[in-house]
Amino acid sequence: MSSSELSILIIDENRVRAAIIEEGLREAGHSRITIISEMSGLVRRIEEAAPDVIVIDLENPNRDMLEDLFRVSRAVRKPVAMFVDKSDTAMIAEAIAAGVSAYVVDGLRKDRVKSILDLAIGRFNAFERIREELETAKQALSERKLIDRAKGILMKLKHISEDEAYALLRQTAMKQNMRIAKIAESIIATSTIFGRDSK
Amino acid sequence: MTSAPLIPVRAGFLPLVDAALLIAAREKGFAREEGIDLHLFRETSWANIRDRLSVGHFDVAHMLAPLPIAANLGLSPLDVPFIAPMALGLGGNAVTVSNGLWSALAAFGAPSDGDPTRVGAALRAVISARQDQRERSLIFAVVQSFSGHHYELRYWLAACGIDPDRDLTIVVVPPPLMVDALKSGRIDGYCVGEPWNTAAVHDGSGRIVTTKSSIWRSSPEKVLGVTKEWAEVNPETLAGLLRALHRASLWCEDKNNAPDLAALLAGAEYLNLPEAVVLPAISNEIALGDSVPRPVADFLIFASKAATFPWQSHALWFYSQMVRWGQIAHSAESSLAARLSYRPDLYRQALSGLGVAMPGASSKIEGALAERTHLPAARGQLVLGPDGFFDGVIFDPDRIEDYITASKFNAALHKN
Repeated sequence: MSSSELSILIIDENRVRAAIIEEGLREAGHSRITIISEMSGLVRRIEEAAPDVIVIDLENPNRDMLEDLFRVSRAVRKPVAMFVDKSDTAMIAEAIAAGVSAYVVDGLRKDRVKSILDLAIGRFNAFERIREELETAKQALSERKLIDRAKGILMKLKHISEDEAYALLRQTAMKQNMRIAKIAESIIATSTIFGRDSK
Repeated sequence: MTSAPLIPVRAGFLPLVDAALLIAAREKGFAREEGIDLHLFRETSWANIRDRLSVGHFDVAHMLAPLPIAANLGLSPLDVPFIAPMALGLGGNAVTVSNGLWSALAAFGAPSDGDPTRVGAALRAVISARQDQRERSLIFAVVQSFSGHHYELRYWLAACGIDPDRDLTIVVVPPPLMVDALKSGRIDGYCVGEPWNTAAVHDGSGRIVTTKSSIWRSSPEKVLGVTKEWAEVNPETLAGLLRALHRASLWCEDKNNAPDLAALLAGAEYLNLPEAVVLPAISNEIALGDSVPRPVADFLIFASKAATFPWQSHALWFYSQMVRWGQIAHSAESSLAARLSYRPDLYRQALSGLGVAMPGASSKIEGALAERTHLPAARGQLVLGPDGFFDGVIFDPDRIEDYITASKFNAALHKN
């Protein structure tokens, strides 16, 4: 590896996301990558990493601290300009929308940094999509469990079959203009209040 | 009231007691009365607030009073001009130290009443004792470089003969992490907005040694930050929002509403903390170190004494401190840019129909009012003051250069 290879620091308490970004950077040929997921001793670890580029997620409350560090201390080798270029607003907006910001050592060639930030933005967006899909899947799973429990209660209570119990749930949901899972939830709540044995 | 659809306005805020005006404007219907659907977004850093406002994710924001000035002076990452058409109150911060440092201060005669002069003298003695013993220098935290906390802490230290750059270390720590940092010994003290001082006292991990209101009575802290562009494109919406925030300020200041406001702020979507931690700042009764709350005059003012008026003398004082501590070199252009960051003209226009007693001037001499003073104003009488600095020094915005030159521990002078 040439000595001009950039040292990239990823600061992200979300280890999975950090790993996803790292993987992307490695695929793109970067090998000097450090990840900090633990915020204690942040200053010392930044010093050790001596980064040219810092990628940090916007959920991290330490951005104000980082910017102060860049402004006043000698912890980082050179003065650090924030983002790629003050004038590159479109990219900055895109980065912020994705939930990522970057700090760059002054004097770096813009195109070298831009590709890194592009990649980080892409990976942040991809991670967000995965997170949303996971949420939806989780929700669907828990809704199915709720409906199953409500069906069981109805079957016992009204001495009906599983299909009939489901049909009853669906009808009620349609009449009340609510989701089936919501109806199931209230049935479970009611049955909890009146006790399991109140047949 | 109008039947037209509500205009959505997105506002960013940090979970602090002085976000109260925005929260009350939404929750108590003041924004809605002005035809505004105010959406509030809780943020994790001032950097996020600044950046999201810059790129248009937010229309307005709860903002550190010096931040719009810093942005306009090119000290921010993005070159987007900001303005502050309204302040969001006066005061609200305090200085808290660890139990260990408090013991040392008490041993050197620090009083328990929050008097900045005598606490400062004790702190100076502690620092010099530590220097003699070759102990590490004390570490104090603030929330941001361009913050009232940072400047009032430095002002207090310097006025007590402590050089903030040589006699101790000042670092930045996010507000919600202050108590932990203090408890773990990573820092010895901090200056932060409420509820993060009371939180340390309740937790038993720190003691409040003085308050912003004691260092500089009736002093500026947060403003409503807006991009210049948004203000120009949406003048009516901005004016409506300022009126809503004005009404919210009256509601927040009414002591009868204190329990209601505390409950509101404590809510999960806002500060997400126990009401008991939020209430002291609202009621201006602070427990400094024990469980006994004591009244602290003007600790946090939401409405009275023109608390929401964006005084250009406030902007210029912040600017004078940026110069004093070497964040920027003084020039006539910078001074002008700082002054024009605050827009009392927009404030006057928006509130002109409400019968509010309005200051006639846009600047005042800070520290000139030793007493509560009735002043003639456009529409009725205005009550201002006391507004003094604890060391008795007066800030005349028309003589800013003299003021900067005369101040102690002056980076502008000491640069070598």
